[in-house]
Amino acid sequence: MKEQDIRGLIGRVKRGDMSRRDFVRRMVAAGLTAPVAGTMLAHNGVAFAQSAFDYTPTKAGGGGTVKLLQWQPASQLNPHFAVGSADQHAIYLFYEPLASWDEDGNLSPILAEELPSLENGGVAEDGTSVTWKLKRGVTWHDGTPFTADDCVFTAQFASDPETLAYTMGTYRDVEVEKIDDHTIRLNFRVPTPFWPDAFVGTRGLILPKHLYQDYPGAQATTAPMNLRPVGTGPFVIENFVPGDLISAKANPNYHVANRPYFDAIEMKGGGDAVSAARAVLQTGEYDFAWNLSVEDEILDSMTAGGRGEVRLIAGANIEHLQLNFTDPWTDVDGERSSITTEHPCFRDKAVREALALLVDRAAIAEFIYGRSGEATANFINTPDRFASKNTSWEFDIEKANQILDAAGWERGRGGIREKDGVKLSLVFQSPTAGQRQKTQTVVKQACEEAGIAMELKAVAPGIFFSADPGNPDTFAHFYCDIQMYTSPMREPDPGLFMQQFLSSEIAAKANNWQLRNVTRWRNDEFDELAAAAAVEMDPVKRAAMFIEMNDLVVGEVVVIPLIYRKVAAGMRTGLKAPLSTWTSYLWRVSDWHYDA
Amino acid sequence: MSVGPAAEPAAPTTWQRFRQHRMALVGTVVLGLLLTVVLLGPLIWSVPIDTIDFRARLALPSAAHPLGTDDLGQDLLARLLYGGRVSLAVGLCAMLVAVVIGTLIGAIAGMSRGPLDAFLMWVTDLFLALPTLPLLLLIIYLFRDALTGLVGPEVGVFVLIIAVVGGLRWMPVARLVRAQFLTIREREFVEAARALGASRLRQVVQHILPNALGPVIVVGTISVAEAIIAESTLSFLGLGFPPDTPTWGRILFDAKDFLSIAPHWALFPGLAIFLTVLSINFIGDGLRDALDPRKVR
Repeated sequence: MKEQDIRGLIGRVKRGDMSRRDFVRRMVAAGLTAPVAGTMLAHNGVAFAQSAFDYTPTKAGGGGTVKLLQWQPASQLNPHFAVGSADQHAIYLFYEPLASWDEDGNLSPILAEELPSLENGGVAEDGTSVTWKLKRGVTWHDGTPFTADDCVFTAQFASDPETLAYTMGTYRDVEVEKIDDHTIRLNFRVPTPFWPDAFVGTRGLILPKHLYQDYPGAQATTAPMNLRPVGTGPFVIENFVPGDLISAKANPNYHVANRPYFDAIEMKGGGDAVSAARAVLQTGEYDFAWNLSVEDEILDSMTAGGRGEVRLIAGANIEHLQLNFTDPWTDVDGERSSITTEHPCFRDKAVREALALLVDRAAIAEFIYGRSGEATANFINTPDRFASKNTSWEFDIEKANQILDAAGWERGRGGIREKDGVKLSLVFQSPTAGQRQKTQTVVKQACEEAGIAMELKAVAPGIFFSADPGNPDTFAHFYCDIQMYTSPMREPDPGLFMQQFLSSEIAAKANNWQLRNVTRWRNDEFDELAAAAAVEMDPVKRAAMFIEMNDLVVGEVVVIPLIYRKVAAGMRTGLKAPLSTWTSYLWRVSDWHYDA
Repeated sequence: MSVGPAAEPAAPTTWQRFRQHRMALVGTVVLGLLLTVVLLGPLIWSVPIDTIDFRARLALPSAAHPLGTDDLGQDLLARLLYGGRVSLAVGLCAMLVAVVIGTLIGAIAGMSRGPLDAFLMWVTDLFLALPTLPLLLLIIYLFRDALTGLVGPEVGVFVLIIAVVGGLRWMPVARLVRAQFLTIREREFVEAARALGASRLRQVVQHILPNALGPVIVVGTISVAEAIIAESTLSFLGLGFPPDTPTWGRILFDAKDFLSIAPHWALFPGLAIFLTVLSINFIGDGLRDALDPRKVR
């Protein structure tokens, strides 16, 4: 999809020929995010839509305790240390940003009085500053008023390299200027096209200055508020057992009238997706469970009793295979998958292409993921794919065999192909989850038919996704040939998402594997595009660049996208909850209620 | 089941006593059947274990798939037969490891008086106090990659599992053997051998060990069952063998979520584990009765 195609679509939205929602869907299908799509519309004069949600309770309280199951539990509650999504979700009970994204990529004010825009002068034409007006009369849980100082402090806190906040990138190049107690201006060091990043969504949660100022820099990790947060949110912490339980009661001074409806909230961790689904859908012990990656048949059998229902929320979660561009089996200075090495098989593009042909996405989508998955060649730039879902990828063992034959990979002993003494024998890892191991099995079988031997490995998710530099089984170490997981594209700006392919972001021992390029793919063209996109002010041109970057990644078979996944949430019948995949699902937990 | 070299002409009577234990007999027959089926079955039922057929997913037992299929349409009978080899091999090998280590340590402790005996018993107590499962996880995590690199994924994990499962179950055997040795070495026939100038090794191998072997065999049979269960626990936790190796425990793990939709999937591997463990326990029971020295005299 080229720039003019996008412009054409925006024109149709403006004329009313196309719904805003359809536009957002098409952009998401092209590999962008709903927030970016919404920002493009806003830039072209189509304002963010009001989040439509019917809040019926006429007073705060009276709802009793609502019980949530988030089977991947939170381990700490400082939003700027929340590397994992489990923490990022839970923290929304207590902290709030200035604005956040709804399900359709609309920006919705929370601690802001109103959204900045070109029209009201909040957003500078040249992209160098944004002015936010803060809501008045908001207090922290301890009664201290919320002011512009807190915003200024949060930016300082996150951008301090000593703090080691994962949000550092968001605040590093922003200068936050206090205009008055309830107005701040963000001055960007370079023109910033995507301004709703600092103080917005998951990375934008604001910390109380009066408490955190005593814990600057490296001391921040010892702050007691990391376990007993004091925020502005709808709930006040009562008890937190890391990795297990969060209980909180309603904030009596919450800044939105008549909210929250529930008197208390309890969030329980542990177990797995299936047991969580059962607890909500079948037995009704819990009101809500997030991320039920469970087979269709099982969900159907659980919802048969009518106690609960499954809601699917669209996002840009792509289950995909990543190929390692370095050699995971050679040790260089105490580090495998070292950037000084080259993968013995994958350096031949033919092998990567053959692999992409050996993934039966249709069968995986239909039989393993069911209603929550859709086969995708997402990231692929063919306008045709909007008409047909099957044009841009194929599953063809025959063709894979031909490609490998042509490239000189001969079948050797046991039918395994080899070339120059290198055997096509690969190790394929993924975090433990029923659907993933089945997908692995399906891929393995097709590969074996094409003469590629494959060993499967399942890693406990707690280990796989951990940031522990000492553990060789994490996705960032990537000490095997192929790995598969879902990248939650929760960061609304694809610029951040695309960082995972930048040459400058290569995860290695030297940076404790904290950087994001785990495939260790390096490509100058991509780097240049990314640099250009970072300063391109026209959101449409920028979107076209992102799509071009996506094409590179897929065309070079750095990743093999499999399934475009929706997130399944289990809800007790009658629970009304606005959800979102662009930020925490709890982004408006204040509005959750049961209809009277 | 013939029972080791009992010195006296008690051998036939032991078999007779064992035969009287009806459940032990049934257990022997069932276990024999299971072993035969698992060893010879794949020769007759030659369906591949990993052919994916989405059209036949979660199929109930039929002529094409006598035990039905799982949710990828893979034939359960073929998988059970293959997995049975792994599970039974793990059980028997782990038992061997436990019995060999246990007997060795028990014998040394029983024959040596003083500090060595005390030290070995401390070690035994130490091992008894170790929590098995966390230790298993730790060891597999630490050594899996190294071993896998040496001998390949399935063999590597196999060696690791039997080493670990066996290596953590020798303590009861060691204590038992030591106790036996302490009593037997004071008996007249050992004293006679000693008086005739038999070396220590000869005393142990020729005279004491054969008489101490009865209880060891009993403990051994029980540890087979424990090892099979330990392997299924590991599979159940998603560890152990690679996820596509259909050990009985792994099949059960995959099937558990589908219990209400496709009960046959979990039923058959569950039944196989159940029958194996139960029959081995009955055999152990029978052996204990048959080898009880008080009944022999």
